[in-house]
Amino acid sequence: MTEAVLLNISIAILLLPALGFITLILFGKRIPGPQWVGTSLIFLALCISIYVGFGKLAFYAGQNLIMEGRWIQILNVPVLGQVNFDLGIKLDNLTVIMLFVVNLISFLVHLFSMEYMRGDIRFSRYYAYLGIFTFSMLGIVLTHNILMMYIFWELVGISSYLLIGFWFEKKSASDASKKAFLVNRVGDTGMFIGIMILFTNYHTFTFDTIFAQIAAGNLPFHSSAWLTACGIMIFLGAVGKSAQFPLHVWLPDAMEGPTPVSALIHAATMVAAGVYLVARIFVMLTADAMLTIAVIGMITSFIAATIALTQNDIKKVLAYSTVSQLGYMIMALGVGAYSYAFFHLVTHAFFKACLFLGSGSVIHAMHHEQDLRKMGGLRKKMPITYYAFLISTLAISGVPFTSGFLSKDGILAGTLAFGSLTGHWLIPIVAFLVAMMTAFYMFRLVILAFHGEPRDLHKYEHAHESPFVMAMPLVLLSVLSVFFWYGLNPFNPSTGWFLDKWIKTPTTIVPQNMRFDFMKTEAPVAGSLENAKAGEVKTTNAPIAVGAPKVTKQNESETAIVHSEHYMHAMHQAHYPAMALSLLLGGIGILFSFLLYQWKKIDPDKLAESLKPLYKLSLNKWYFDEIYAATFIGGTLAFSKFLAWFDNKVVDGIVNGAATLTRMVSKLGGLFDHVVVDGFVNFTAYLSGFIGIFFRKFQTGKVQTYVVFVVFSVIILLFIFRPFF
Amino acid sequence: MAYFPILSFITFLPILGMLIILCIPGKQEKFIKVFSAVITGLQVLLAGIILNSYNYSLPGVFHQNSYQFIEKFRWIEISGLSWIGTIKIDYFLGIDGISAPMVLLTALISFIATLSSWNISKSIKGYFALFLLLDAGMMGVFVALDFFLFYVFWELMLLPMYFLIGIWGGPRKEYAAIKFFIYTLFGSVFMLLVMIGLYFSCTEVLANGTRAFTFNLIALMDPKNYTATGILSPFNPGNLRFAAYIALFVGFAIKIPMFPFHTWLPDAHVEAPTPISVILAGVLLKMGTYGIIRICFPIFPEITRQVAWYIALFGAINIVYGALCAMAQKDFKKLIAYSSVSHMGYVLLGMASLTTVGINGAIFQMFNHGTITAMLFLLVGVIYDRAHTRGLDDFGGLALKMPMYAGFVTVAFFAAIGLPSMSGFISESFVFLGAFSVSSIRIITIVSTLGILLGASYMLWALQRVYLGKFNEKWSALTDLDAREYAMFIPLTIIIFILGIYPSFMLNIMNTSVNSLVDFMNKMPASFSALKF
Repeated sequence: MTEAVLLNISIAILLLPALGFITLILFGKRIPGPQWVGTSLIFLALCISIYVGFGKLAFYAGQNLIMEGRWIQILNVPVLGQVNFDLGIKLDNLTVIMLFVVNLISFLVHLFSMEYMRGDIRFSRYYAYLGIFTFSMLGIVLTHNILMMYIFWELVGISSYLLIGFWFEKKSASDASKKAFLVNRVGDTGMFIGIMILFTNYHTFTFDTIFAQIAAGNLPFHSSAWLTACGIMIFLGAVGKSAQFPLHVWLPDAMEGPTPVSALIHAATMVAAGVYLVARIFVMLTADAMLTIAVIGMITSFIAATIALTQNDIKKVLAYSTVSQLGYMIMALGVGAYSYAFFHLVTHAFFKACLFLGSGSVIHAMHHEQDLRKMGGLRKKMPITYYAFLISTLAISGVPFTSGFLSKDGILAGTLAFGSLTGHWLIPIVAFLVAMMTAFYMFRLVILAFHGEPRDLHKYEHAHESPFVMAMPLVLLSVLSVFFWYGLNPFNPSTGWFLDKWIKTPTTIVPQNMRFDFMKTEAPVAGSLENAKAGEVKTTNAPIAVGAPKVTKQNESETAIVHSEHYMHAMHQAHYPAMALSLLLGGIGILFSFLLYQWKKIDPDKLAESLKPLYKLSLNKWYFDEIYAATFIGGTLAFSKFLAWFDNKVVDGIVNGAATLTRMVSKLGGLFDHVVVDGFVNFTAYLSGFIGIFFRKFQTGKVQTYVVFVVFSVIILLFIFRPFF
Repeated sequence: MAYFPILSFITFLPILGMLIILCIPGKQEKFIKVFSAVITGLQVLLAGIILNSYNYSLPGVFHQNSYQFIEKFRWIEISGLSWIGTIKIDYFLGIDGISAPMVLLTALISFIATLSSWNISKSIKGYFALFLLLDAGMMGVFVALDFFLFYVFWELMLLPMYFLIGIWGGPRKEYAAIKFFIYTLFGSVFMLLVMIGLYFSCTEVLANGTRAFTFNLIALMDPKNYTATGILSPFNPGNLRFAAYIALFVGFAIKIPMFPFHTWLPDAHVEAPTPISVILAGVLLKMGTYGIIRICFPIFPEITRQVAWYIALFGAINIVYGALCAMAQKDFKKLIAYSSVSHMGYVLLGMASLTTVGINGAIFQMFNHGTITAMLFLLVGVIYDRAHTRGLDDFGGLALKMPMYAGFVTVAFFAAIGLPSMSGFISESFVFLGAFSVSSIRIITIVSTLGILLGASYMLWALQRVYLGKFNEKWSALTDLDAREYAMFIPLTIIIFILGIYPSFMLNIMNTSVNSLVDFMNKMPASFSALKF
């Protein structure tokens, strides 16, 4: 298993779903059983990704494999010499784990959809779209340069657009898809500005080369402010895609799409792309940028959690819980808990996919009823769905022995350590509050849907357990939500293979004075610089020929000092308090949801009544949609109407005015011509005529008169010329 | 092959076709249509041959000898005229990396526009005769290397366009036609003045060793050719080069069209029949930006650098203003007309960067806008043909009734939005990357990125209103695409994807010339007083 083999079959993983897309979009209607085309190709991709994952983690765990080829080459550029756009893939541990996660969930969703989407009029189109989505997502995962990341980023955006608006006959669906695409575009525009900053300074898009340059002290525009700005700009892309405040508004609406799509795209993979992006650029984030990121993550997780408390649509609750958990991951990256952020990404992907597919199973059984107030008691009718759902709920609530407990606890410990080291205590406080709220609303969901008595007997009567292809993914995903896949110790993940062997926080390469104090390394030169330089030599020295991909192997920074001792100590100290606190708060949350909804000791309606303003705020999603509609959307539309008016009346008015003016001048000219010029001509003629009339009188035809005239004339002439005589 | 006058052929083939059509009885409608399609098809073939034997390493631009497919001979020569000496005008054709993509585009769009002319019912003979004349004029503009000849072709194109809009157009066709005609003529007058000014300021060595005034564009690019006292000579301290530049630029800017000279475009587009809109958006607008790159930039390099910031500013205004105006439109064609204004803004922005990446992006954007917007107008034409209305709010859910059509619509719309894997993305990215790298226009570039967002907004909104949502039963008689329409859309779709996935096809053609141009612009001194005449 050489590196070239691993890299080449990784490209095969990428291309298989694309093949499915092309086949189905062109010939989908003629193929009997289009679902088998898509599903079998994804299954193949999944098998290969397991193989690649095994090969990489077993044999090259400490090394990164890179393969790059030239895409666009512009030679002989004045000043710069050469401008290259490369395409390339990089296999590091992050990548191979993500490959597996994406392919697995995509495969399960393909399987689940066979039953869920059966009979849809655009069945083959659905599988085509799933294919293009998986392709794009895998592209984001595999790429080693930021332009390619952006390309796949946009492709993910369009696949999401197509899938959210899959039932485009519904106005709400086409609205939601448009909203999702445009809100994402806001973030993407920011990301593109970040890319332009990088390209202008480094003339490359390759992450490693850019990082090496920064590590060598070559900052964008020689300014640390630009480095911070660049990090935040690229992060904007993640704000869009990972639905962070203030761009989180699209994700809940995206639930208009088919539920398996929500599981795949809007819970497990696409929305995690933002977290993945931030993880990719983590090393170039300055302290200011990280703090911004942490605060954005914190705000997001808090707002979303408060909204999730009161929603009645089963998918909306899950959507807001996704936003909240994504906020957690972003916050974790911001506070430097890199490995826990990624860990949570993976665990969340499994349990959230399970929750969404579980909700899909419920919705399917209830004949597309999504309102929690009409459910209840489904536990007896749908035991498999129920238990899978319950396990995932335990995981997201952070109950011990689940995967979610491990990753969430790590994040909480990270925030606690961050608070103690930097004094930003608000972040851990909010993080713990959110943990409590999460436990509450998730159990509220479980109790309302599965426990108690059925509230809509008619629908309940018809409900049934889902068939095998729908139940199997649920079971598998819930099994993956248990701790032992990540390490043998159910209370401390850092000794497990996932965090100990596979995922390690990379060394930041920003200048020492721009890092958090706790991220300052004792040996800066030995640590970051040399390593980065070594990387630079390996990736840039040998020229890459067009059409001949180059394979490189790069050592991961094994010995680099990531955090100061100080930080490791704080993190260690935070571990057990964080665990105890999160267990306590989670327990309180669960207890409250039982009190309110299971045992009905407290009446939720009365509680809502007594906290009416807060309840309204939460129920109406903090009025974000209304505010945006009134400000940005309304403002833009009004402005565009004004400009159209301006264009029509003023700009074009000037043109038409000029034309009118010319016509007026020409009329004046015509008048002048007619009256003055022609008048003069006519006057001359008239005058000649007049004179003619006058002199005609003399032409009498009588000889005597002529003789008199002659005589008088001679006398007058003689009188005039008399001096000459 | 080397001496085969292929550029004359590709330029005058339509005129030959026109003459033949004029000899055919007007009742032979089918034959005239097929014949025109054959003529324009042959043009595409010739363009393909040109591309096939094109040498990628010759720069062109200001090296007369490195232009390709050169044809040059004396067209008009009058000698012994008192102080003027010899009047000479050359018939001088040739292409380089800047014009080659445009030649290809013209051939391609003309062919596709011919196909879309099938539904023209009024006076077929006259229509196709004028259409072919228009084709010849456009092609001539892109291959001419003598300013006089360029001007002749420029004006040649004007007349058939006037009649094509004025006779075969919509309800307000006379207004639109006359507006187009006068606006463009207004620009051409400036161009004529500058052309004559340049002529009397620049001399070229003749074969017999004497010097004579010249219209040769390449000779005009070399400061050494200018006389000491010419009115547009850089060595004349009281020269009028700045004023001449502005006049010439305005002449071209009207054609682009650049804000605030753009208002003829929506009217012309709305009134013009579909194929003429396609030609207008696909080729005609490019003549403006082509003129700027071919004439304004290398002949007035020092002034170009002075005003580059303003060109970028107007580019940004075009992008944002055009996009916002597009958003408020209710007529589908008007929306696309304004989107053209917006997209041509990218060309201006890219050019103004004066960097290789930016100008490559600008020329590439010219080509891509040509194909993408042509496709958009064709797509509007499809429903207008069937439903005789273009109101964005009159439809709804067409994707249900016309799925194949909706598929092409999706491709074209997303290409216009600049989605990766389609050609528009590459050119827009190049423009942005090029412009951002120039510090003086960096802020302008950042403002222009609003275009990415606004472009997506109006496009997706239009897509939603017309194609998504509940099907409007009023249109239940609409039919999906027929074979002729597939023949128009499939080639364009393939080009859009190929150039998006492997843009080097086009970039390699342009690159040597663009590098040479950028190099030339950078090396020209800011003031010519240092140069010894």
